[in-house]
Amino acid sequence: MDITSTTTQGATSAATKRSLRSARKGGRAQLSGLSRQRIRTAWLFLLPMIAGLGFVAGWPLLRTIYLGFTDATLSSIDSYAFVGFENYLVYDNGEWYGLLADGLWWQAVWNTLYLTVLSVSIETVLGVLIALILHAKFPGRGLVRAAILIPWAIPTVVSAKMWGWMLHDQFGIINDLFLKLHLISEPIAWTVNPDTVLGTIIAVDVWKTTPFMALLTLAALQMLPKDCYEAARVDGIHPVKVFFKVTLPLIKPALVVAVVFRMLDALRIFDLVYILTSNSEDTIVMSVYARQALIDFQQIGYGSAASTLLFLLVFGLTLAYIFATRLKLDGSGDH
Amino acid sequence: MNKTAKTLFATTALSAALGAAGLAQAATLNIPCSTGSGFASCEQTAQEWAESRGHSVNIVTVPFSSSEKLALYQQILGSQSADLDVLDVDVVWPGILGAHLADLGPYTNGAENDHFASVIANNQYNGKLVAIPQYTDAPVLYYRKDLLEKYNEPVPTTWQQMTETAERIQKAERDAGHDRMWGFVFQAKAYEGLTCDALEWIDSFGGGTIIDADGKITVNNPQSAAALDLAGSWVGNITPQGVLNYDEEGARRVFQGGDAVFMRNWPYAWALGNGEDSPVKGKIGITPLPMGPDGKHSATLGGWQMAVSKYSENIEVAADYVLYVSSKDAQKRGAIVDGRLPTIPALYEDPEVLEANPYFANMRAVLENSVARPSSVTGEKYNQVSNEFWNAAHRVLSGKSSGADSLSQLESKLKRIRGRRW
Repeated sequence: MDITSTTTQGATSAATKRSLRSARKGGRAQLSGLSRQRIRTAWLFLLPMIAGLGFVAGWPLLRTIYLGFTDATLSSIDSYAFVGFENYLVYDNGEWYGLLADGLWWQAVWNTLYLTVLSVSIETVLGVLIALILHAKFPGRGLVRAAILIPWAIPTVVSAKMWGWMLHDQFGIINDLFLKLHLISEPIAWTVNPDTVLGTIIAVDVWKTTPFMALLTLAALQMLPKDCYEAARVDGIHPVKVFFKVTLPLIKPALVVAVVFRMLDALRIFDLVYILTSNSEDTIVMSVYARQALIDFQQIGYGSAASTLLFLLVFGLTLAYIFATRLKLDGSGDH
Repeated sequence: MNKTAKTLFATTALSAALGAAGLAQAATLNIPCSTGSGFASCEQTAQEWAESRGHSVNIVTVPFSSSEKLALYQQILGSQSADLDVLDVDVVWPGILGAHLADLGPYTNGAENDHFASVIANNQYNGKLVAIPQYTDAPVLYYRKDLLEKYNEPVPTTWQQMTETAERIQKAERDAGHDRMWGFVFQAKAYEGLTCDALEWIDSFGGGTIIDADGKITVNNPQSAAALDLAGSWVGNITPQGVLNYDEEGARRVFQGGDAVFMRNWPYAWALGNGEDSPVKGKIGITPLPMGPDGKHSATLGGWQMAVSKYSENIEVAADYVLYVSSKDAQKRGAIVDGRLPTIPALYEDPEVLEANPYFANMRAVLENSVARPSSVTGEKYNQVSNEFWNAAHRVLSGKSSGADSLSQLESKLKRIRGRRW
């Protein structure tokens, strides 16, 4: 670097030029040797990681995409034929077949997006509110911070079953409570009634994942510089204004990342929906659809095609979100 | 290198020899037992077999729901795993799982001839006997004897009568302060159980069996639509809306808790309903499912078989277990303890069996009126057919569609599934 800049500044004598040239040559050779060695070491350290990722993520992904172009079934998984895009869309005998022509698939896409948008939005707002409360100093804060994590710590299968019982139409505690409070006049079948079922799933999902949002937001809050707040206090600025003008912009990068995580999670939601409502068409989401094809119907090819579309959708939506929020994933982001 | 290979070879040979020696003495079988009411007796039977034969067993807990269980078995068998040596097979599964099941023919010594011929025929796959029946099943209508007597109502024989009786008793009981009382509970969760329930309704109305024996899709007809519309009218009136998420156990809990007048369920609920801790002990009766308007009874044929996985390392031992649990003694105990219907005709005249289950005398008639699900004709596509059918029924029950609309939608979906042939 130094040598190059010296050269561009211009040296007059030919001798100087020559000596510089040779020095540059040697320097470059030395530098490249060093950096090549560094790069080699870097690759060496990266190799196990790359191999591991390739093995556990890359290979299954490629195989799923590949199987999506075949007619493999679960009963004869070793013998299959290549069928091109038939699993996606094919015109046969005056009718369209395939995933893209299946109304249920689009219903699943719509349900997934609906659940994701509503549940992630509610979780974000609630998570920030809870984080703000937990950030304040009050007696027993440590205990409350630990307690708030419980819903997140319970395995989804367990909490979904638990909620299934609590929401039961005949014996459930939720109906009992609401009846006693005279909020409803007769028990409601929360997980069945088409008007309540999506709302119920969103509510349980919010209950479960708000702690995650609260935790990430709390971590961001604890990193904030104190001086901004002292300045704001000296200037006598209203706390609500401080939140919107100081706190929110400062925690936004962390919040955006937290939302990406939750979005990825919510788009592939499976266990909660499957346990609360099994394969019901009202609440089918993309993962449940893919599982049904893969396992229940033994259509490995078709199910793989559905899984591939699910992957592409999650991938595309996440990219779109990253671009829309101008999130810089390389760590040089400064907003 | 050479040395390592030799050592490796020697070790493998040694362990193989040890393994073979161990196998001759005692094997360990992985045996599935479903969660729920039958778990205890399943485990007990397995332990007794193990003790009498000098083998050991490893009980694997599998889901109660048949749809879940099938999914699990398909994954295990699809990966050619020996995680399960024996499998309990639903009556509609031989066509789906047959390719993975061992031929039991060489091990039975003619034991299959003791069973109902129709049930054995259902267990043939490509000319091989792939499973042996453990018990058969046909649903019945459970009713509250005490309530029918109290309101002086006869045991209903048609669906229409049942609807009216249920309405009347439900209203009277609720007026008397029992505000959680319902008229009729059944299985209407979106799963295989709903296919059974709905098939009975449309068959008793003369609507056929969804797909006939020649593979023709027959389900879209006025009788089927009328049957589904009647069932749709129950939900919210005499049936809680939550029934749309009930399986067998969900319905039993409501009925056994004393909160329903009628219940459609399999015979297993009899022994439990009369158990020591049951609130309705001694208050329940059993009768064939009601008839449709033309006087036709119907009941979907169920039942479970035992099969051996082709990938088991101990096929012979596993076959012995299968024969043990399907034997006359085992079936007799199943009938007395768990209220299961034997597949061996002689047991229907056995005095001890009849003493425990007085209604078994009528069950022969119910079995004769039973209707089979279209699993043979649709083969590997049965699951898809059943899935579309239960969804069609679910749409009507949840009030989203009329019977006629739902069935015409079902017809076009079934045509898509069939493609050129089943």
